[in-house]
Amino acid sequence: MKYFSIYIPDSKTNPAKAPTGAAKERMDKFVADAIARGELLQGGGFLPVKSHGAIVRRSNGKNNVIDGPYAESKELLGGFAMLQYPSREAAIDGAKRFLEVAGDGECITYQIMEGEEC
Amino acid sequence: MTATDSIHRTIAAVWRIESGKLIASLARMVRDVGIAEELAQDALVAAMEQWPQAGVPDNPAAWLMTAAKHRAIDKLRRDELLQRKHTELAHELETALDDSAEAVAAALDDPIGDDLLRLVFTACHPVLSSEARIALTLRMLGGLTTDEIARAFLVPEATVAQRIVRAKRTLADADVAFEVPRGAQLAVRLESVLEAIYLIFNEGYTATAGDDWMRPQMCEEALRLGRIVAGLMPQQAEVHGLVALMELQASRMHARVAPDGAPILLLEQNRARWDQLLIQRGLASLQRAQKLGGARGSYALQAAIAACHARARSADATDWPAIAALYATLAQVSPSPVVELNRAVAVGMADGPAAGLELADALLDEPVLKSYHLLATVRGDLLEKLGRRDEARAEYERAAGMTRNARERQLLLQRAERVQAAQ
Repeated sequence: MKYFSIYIPDSKTNPAKAPTGAAKERMDKFVADAIARGELLQGGGFLPVKSHGAIVRRSNGKNNVIDGPYAESKELLGGFAMLQYPSREAAIDGAKRFLEVAGDGECITYQIMEGEEC
Repeated sequence: MTATDSIHRTIAAVWRIESGKLIASLARMVRDVGIAEELAQDALVAAMEQWPQAGVPDNPAAWLMTAAKHRAIDKLRRDELLQRKHTELAHELETALDDSAEAVAAALDDPIGDDLLRLVFTACHPVLSSEARIALTLRMLGGLTTDEIARAFLVPEATVAQRIVRAKRTLADADVAFEVPRGAQLAVRLESVLEAIYLIFNEGYTATAGDDWMRPQMCEEALRLGRIVAGLMPQQAEVHGLVALMELQASRMHARVAPDGAPILLLEQNRARWDQLLIQRGLASLQRAQKLGGARGSYALQAAIAACHARARSADATDWPAIAALYATLAQVSPSPVVELNRAVAVGMADGPAAGLELADALLDEPVLKSYHLLATVRGDLLEKLGRRDEARAEYERAAGMTRNARERQLLLQRAERVQAAQ
């Protein structure tokens, strides 16, 4: 089963920044192991929305590009992953393992609907 | 779904990831892979009994390790009553089996993966038959149950259980050391590991629609094992070659069977359904193998052939001269009639059907191909292209008589009819 997961670090206890040194090594190993197990299909870190991305919202037929009020951060603001697990429980276990390495924050995991193969 | 089901799925998820490391650490301590595996199984049973009531522990891996160690000490104490000579070992182990949090963490902490690698080489030891190697590897490194292995390999569960018991006994009788082979031994032993992994992959790859879902699962299992070994031995070119081959073949998994279960030949597959992520990974693994000087490895060559297909946007864009050249090298490195037959097909595409037929005809006396329907199919195809219709029809009919696959037989008879009708 395929899952899509977004991780946002807790800004109070785990200020957003790209890992370095031992923390980076731990994360690299975690990622390599997850790929080896066939769990991690694709993933990456987010650059700040304000400077590098955008939120485009449509309401009453009118488009609106929003650039605030989002935390001013200079570095990574969490990330995403496309994942594959045999069960919801395995996905939860995987999120716990990830947070063990990434630190405080929130991992939202969605299961992707997979219809009949076309 | 009950809460117990949910706990069991959690245990299954943890077990899949931790069982290999657990057995490997225990094997280092008790110096017997068979006993280590039994201890780990006992710990699993304990988790099944206790976690539904007590909840999933914060660190499930350490919990399992501690439980297994307690059982190791119990077992040695029991044995001690029977055999006094174990006393010293038991005492020694009791010290080694210190279950303070630090000691448990240290036992599980195997950053270089030496224990796991030792386990890979022990489970795939050449004293074992390939069936035994496969069963032991899936059981100890894949964390699969005997029932799952039996379903994947279409044999009774008792057969798999027997194989595992006998394999453990063989390892103990042969006094196989729990170690990573060195020097000249390494290449031979590694070949035995890679062969077992590729056999597991092929079992999944030949699964057909309607088979138990455990069968196609074997492809993922083999990929996982291959990538783990590649991670543990990053300097071994052939490991990357094998991973590349499996990734590239797996990328075509969903395109190779029609909804009604009929096989779709590579050149007729819908390439939009090839998995591009696996192709990218396969190409990267192949590059790694080549950079390490492994371009002439048997797996790397097969991967390079698969890569030619993967790179072609359409069947017409296939680089047949490159494929024919790779088969020529493969025929030198690991000669076999089947490789030669594939070379005939590639040469037929690159240099025309007459050149291909010449190679195929040379195989007519090969004993191993005598009852192999593909030789007749290939000859039929080449003869048809050369306009030698009577001979082509006869070959298709001969091939139809040899294949055991009903759908394939039907296809071959249709081709025979079509050649005849064209006359």
